Amino acid sequence: MSKDIVLNAIRRGLRRGPVPPDQAVGLRARLAAHPRHPIPARSRLDHAGQVALFVANVEKEFGTVARVADASEVPGAVVDYLAAQNLPTEAAIAPHPELRAIDWSARPLLRLREGRAEATDQVAIQHGFAAIAETGTLMLPSAPERPTTLNLLAEAAIVVLAADRVVGAYEEAWDLLRAEIGGMPRNVMLVTGPSRSADIEQTLELGAHGPRRLHVVLVGA
Amino acid sequence: MQTATSTEFKQNAHRALADAGLQRALARSGTSFIARRAAAVAALPEFEALREEARAIKDHTLAHLDFYLEAFAAKVEAAGGTVHWCADAAAARATVLAICQAAGARTVTKGKSMISEELGINEHLEQHGIAPIETDLGEYILQVRHETPSHIIAPAFHLNREDWEASFRAAHTDLPADRVFHERRDILTEARTRLREKFLAADVGITGANFLVAETGSSVIVTNEGNGDLTQTLPRVHIALASIEKVVPTLEDCMSLLRVLARSATGQDFSVYTTFSTGGRRPGDLDGPEAYHVVIVDNGRSGMLGSEFQPMLRCIRCAACMNHCPVYGAVGGHAYGWVYPGPMGSVLTPALIGVDQAGLLPGASTFCGKCESVCPVKIPLPSLMRHWREREFERHLTPPAQRTNLALWAWVAKRPALYRLATRVGAAALAALAGKRGRLSRVPLAGGWTAGRDLPAPEGGTFFARYARAQRAGRTI
Repeated sequence: MSKDIVLNAIRRGLRRGPVPPDQAVGLRARLAAHPRHPIPARSRLDHAGQVALFVANVEKEFGTVARVADASEVPGAVVDYLAAQNLPTEAAIAPHPELRAIDWSARPLLRLREGRAEATDQVAIQHGFAAIAETGTLMLPSAPERPTTLNLLAEAAIVVLAADRVVGAYEEAWDLLRAEIGGMPRNVMLVTGPSRSADIEQTLELGAHGPRRLHVVLVGA
Repeated sequence: MQTATSTEFKQNAHRALADAGLQRALARSGTSFIARRAAAVAALPEFEALREEARAIKDHTLAHLDFYLEAFAAKVEAAGGTVHWCADAAAARATVLAICQAAGARTVTKGKSMISEELGINEHLEQHGIAPIETDLGEYILQVRHETPSHIIAPAFHLNREDWEASFRAAHTDLPADRVFHERRDILTEARTRLREKFLAADVGITGANFLVAETGSSVIVTNEGNGDLTQTLPRVHIALASIEKVVPTLEDCMSLLRVLARSATGQDFSVYTTFSTGGRRPGDLDGPEAYHVVIVDNGRSGMLGSEFQPMLRCIRCAACMNHCPVYGAVGGHAYGWVYPGPMGSVLTPALIGVDQAGLLPGASTFCGKCESVCPVKIPLPSLMRHWREREFERHLTPPAQRTNLALWAWVAKRPALYRLATRVGAAALAALAGKRGRLSRVPLAGGWTAGRDLPAPEGGTFFARYARAQRAGRTI
């Protein structure tokens, strides 16, 4: 069997047979415990400091952030952003309970379509699962209520994120995911800023194949 | 599989040095990667500690590689995916083709993948009537131009803007011929529009993998453009290609490696998209591929385990070594003659295609040591190149003239009195020949060396003489 051919070639190289049972117990324990390695000090801050670091890092990576006090202000923030960017007031939106709970009717001009994104969509609104202050990174795990295409296909990607979901380091975001979702979702995207490429003369240009703009609506303090 | 021209490294290098366009591209691009990496490293005080951590994680994984690959495969299968084990390139090509044919594929989109280049996936699919479409911007223009990547993270490193414009005009003949590319952005926009149609029409998406995570059964890709994500999200079938050394135990291990990867590569703190794929579409999902395959490929790597070349398997393909290499900076990537250029290629290529094919590459080094000092997983690249030089010599692959000269030098070097006399006479002769100018524009038997620069003539006595004098005077040299 081809699996055995590959594994036996590896064992021949390592000059041993299969890992002995007592060692395998140790390796399985390491997998189960998934111990952390040292975490850079830059994100070891209080929560307000982590939120501020997250915002600063999103902006450093050419994303934008609007801060609102509570969910009722989200529709206004979205409409203001679209107007400022000269984008249509039409968007695909994640069918997530937290986004459904928002009263969008206050902004009747905003036409929303629940579901995945299509290639023709100019604007997508995604639900942010968590965010990492260390590098200004959004964690977007796939789920029926959080389709992956919303992260990718539109010209502008808007992510609605509760401020209390900002953590310091990647490891803390994975622990949130392990605790709340359990197993690994089909797709987990860690997104840091809008799409870009430096393939032409090693010069950075924004807007390669993914969204040209990334906007975070940060809800709460 | 890409035909190797590594045996012609010297001719390739001569051509590269005479290529004005290439030299312009190298001069422009060379320093920017170095400056960006330096800035990213300076901004993270823990970087050196993280390098040590990264090295340790990779060493631990390699020592238990069979265990972690089996653990990974079990998790993939538990998530509904399929794992294929391939001992060599032919098996991997056949596996990928069979998956594509079973899916009734006509077109296949591709994320940037060096292992795909190594295996020759595109040519194999084309021979069987399936159209592969490269979607990374750099890979896309190379496919249009029928060229191979010259750099492992910036495949079109060797091209200038006018090359892009000319190639796009030649390839996209349905667009107005008189359109103007005012900025680089216009080139990018044209590619984005053209490739969007391809993403939507493709039946299968093929990506590489920066990492495989044993804990979760995930393949991980790291990109800035988002093309890899569209490739693995939109088609019905996703195939991830990965060589055996890509596996890491846990998400925590993976994050520690990711902390050094982007900083070493592009000088970013983190790439734009770092994506973990685990199995196919789940109940209720509105998007994502229906089927998920991981093709695990050995293709020569198991032969490096247990040898002096095992540390090379720590490589995470950041390209810092080539970005900092004076030889790469002078001749570019194509001169190396196969898939992997620069210092990492000079060590890996002989292991994968044979030292008889690639023996000149480990010689293409000044041993300045910069590659080792910037390597995020601390691969001792100069030492490994030295090991290849020794093997090349042992197998009598070095040219006769070089062997004779080395033997002559060794004979003299083993006779201290003769060696001192020879160096003293040599230094004095060179100084006399140079005269007042102090420089030599031509030296017998070193015409190649002096063709591009003058040799400064030796001043004063030999090192031995100066050292002895200093010792007698009780001071250091």
